[in-house]
Amino acid sequence: MRETLAPIPPAGQPVEARAPSLRRLHRQTGFWHDALRRLLRNRLAVVGAVMVATILLVAATADILTPYPYAKTNFAHGYESPNARYPLGTDPLGRDLLSRMIYGARISMIVGVGSQVLVILIGVPIGAMAGYFGGRLDLYLMRVVDVMYAFPTLLFVILIMSALGAGLFNIFLAIGVTGWVTLCRLTRGQFLALREQEFIMGARAVGATSWQVILRHLLPNALAPIIIAVTFGVPRAIFTEAALSFIGVGINPPLPSWGGMVGEYQPYLRSYWYMATFPAVAIGLTMLSFSFLGDGLRDALDPTLRR
Amino acid sequence: MLQYALQRIAWLIPTLLAMALVTFIIMHATPGSPLDPQAPNANPLSPELQRNLAEKYGLDKPLYIQFFTFLKNVVRLDFGFSYIYKTRSVSEIIAGTFPISLQLGIMAFVFATVVGVTLGTLAAVHQNSWIDYLCVFLATMGVSLPNFVTGILLIVLFAITLGVLPVSGWDSPRNWILPTLTLGLPELGIIARYTRASVLEVVRADYTRTARAKGVAQRAVIIRHVLKNALIPVVTYLGPLLAAIGTGSFFVELIYSIPGMGKFFVLSMSGRDYNMIMAVILLYGAFLGVMNLVVDLAYGLLDPRIKYG
Repeated sequence: MRETLAPIPPAGQPVEARAPSLRRLHRQTGFWHDALRRLLRNRLAVVGAVMVATILLVAATADILTPYPYAKTNFAHGYESPNARYPLGTDPLGRDLLSRMIYGARISMIVGVGSQVLVILIGVPIGAMAGYFGGRLDLYLMRVVDVMYAFPTLLFVILIMSALGAGLFNIFLAIGVTGWVTLCRLTRGQFLALREQEFIMGARAVGATSWQVILRHLLPNALAPIIIAVTFGVPRAIFTEAALSFIGVGINPPLPSWGGMVGEYQPYLRSYWYMATFPAVAIGLTMLSFSFLGDGLRDALDPTLRR
Repeated sequence: MLQYALQRIAWLIPTLLAMALVTFIIMHATPGSPLDPQAPNANPLSPELQRNLAEKYGLDKPLYIQFFTFLKNVVRLDFGFSYIYKTRSVSEIIAGTFPISLQLGIMAFVFATVVGVTLGTLAAVHQNSWIDYLCVFLATMGVSLPNFVTGILLIVLFAITLGVLPVSGWDSPRNWILPTLTLGLPELGIIARYTRASVLEVVRADYTRTARAKGVAQRAVIIRHVLKNALIPVVTYLGPLLAAIGTGSFFVELIYSIPGMGKFFVLSMSGRDYNMIMAVILLYGAFLGVMNLVVDLAYGLLDPRIKYG
C-alpha cells in the first residue's frame, strides 16, 4: 500500500490561489500545513504528542529535576514506601525511585531517538540506492534484507548484546544493525514508485545529476512514510532496550533504565508492589504515547490509508 | 489433499536443515564459547582444562565435522548435553518444560482467538459504536504494551490489590489465569483488529447482500457467510502465533515463576549453550512449519475454491 503513495494533497482540499513564482514552495508547505491541521484535529494524537513532549522535556532537564543522585545508596532509608521525603519511595538499596525514574526517562529517550538516527543513517541510503539504481544492486541488497527479516529480531539483538557486552553504545549498535531493514525496504519502495514519475523525468531532462535527483527530488517526496516509520521505530527501540535491561544484558547498572528497574524490582513485587509498578507504568505510557502519535501522523500524512 | 500434505511435510526436512545450518554458522561466528564462565566477572577456566573439555564435547574438531555429528545425533532426537545444566541432556530438559509452555500457549491462544474474533466481528457489525472503540483501544494497547508491563500490572491489580488470584506459581489452575491473560491480551488486540478489518470488507460483498436478500437472519448471515470468508487473513496470523506462544515466553515465565521452556531462548543465547540453541531454534522451526501447513489446509476448509495440486 505505502509503496504507491504519492504525497499530494487529497482531492477535496481547497486549493488556495498563489503567486506563480512561489508555486513550488507553496505546494510543499501546503502539504505539511494540511498534515499538521489534520494531526491537530486528532485528539488522541495530540494527547500522544503532548505526552511525548513532556517525556522529552523531563529527559532533557533530568539533572535539574532529580531531588537525589540516581546512584546514591542510603541503607538507612531502604524499602521506603512513597512519603514526603521520597515521593515515589526508595528501592532496597535506599536509592530514590523518583530520581531513578527521571533518569530512566533520559535513557529511554536517548535509546529511542538515538537508535533511530542510526537506523535512518543505515537504512535510508541503502534503500535509496537500491530503489534508484535498481538492477543487480537492488537484487543483492534485497536478498540481504530478506535474510535479516527472517531472523527473530529480539533473539538476534540478545545474541549481539551477549557477544558485545552490556552498555549504552552497544544497544545503539544492536538496534541499528537489526532495525534498518524496515526503513530500507520502505525507502526503496518509495523510490521505485517515484523514480518513474514525470517530475523526476523533468528534473533529469534539465540536467540534474543522480545526486541532485535523489537528494532534492526523491527524498523530500519520500519523507512522509519515513517519518511515520521512525515514529513507530522509537517505541520499538525503547521496548528492546527495556527488554534487554530486564534480562540483564542492556544498560550497565547503576545507570537506571525503566526495563532494568522492572526486572530488578520484580522479585519484590509481593511486598513492595510500587517499586516495579512505577517503571512498568512509565514504559507503558511512553509506548502508548508514541503509538498514538504514530497513528495520528500516519492518518495526517497519508489520508489514503485511513480506514 | 493428502498427497499435498505429505509433500509439504517432506519439504520440512530441507527447510529445517537450512535453519540448522544458518543457526550453526551464526552461533559459531559470534564471539564467546560455552566454556566461558557463566557468572559475570568469574575467573576463566585454565587453558588445559578448556582444552580437555573441548575435546570431551568435540568442540576441538573442525566445524563441518561438528555439524555432521550434530546431524547424525539429531536423527535420534539426541541434542547432546546442555552446557549450562551440565548433568542433564537437552532432550530431557525440553521434554520436561515444553509441555508446560505448550499448555500455557494453547490456553492463551484459545482465549485470544475466541475473544478476539468475537470482539472484532461485533466491532465491524456495529461500526463506530462503543464496542468498536473498545476493539481499537485493545488493539493499540496490545501492540504497544510489552508483556512484562501487562504482567506486572495484572499482578498488582488482581493478586496484590484485590487478592483474588495467586501472584505466581504453576501448581493449581488458579495459577494459570494471570499468565494466560498476560500472554493472550496482546494477541487478542491484534486478532480483533484483523477480524474487524476483514469482516468490514466482507459485509459489503455481493454474496452477503444476496444472503440478506434471501431473508437469512442477521446472526446466520454473519456466522455462515461473513465469518467463514473473513477468517482467512485471521487464520494466516493464527498459525505462526500458536508456534510463537506455544514455545513459551521468557518474560511471562520469569514474572510468574513458570517452569516452561521460554527462558531457554534467552538463556541459551547468553550462555552460548550451543546444543540448547540448536534444539530450541529447530523445535520452533518445526512447530512453525507444521502450523503453516495447518493454515494452508484450513484455507481449503474455509473456502472450497482454494485447491491444492
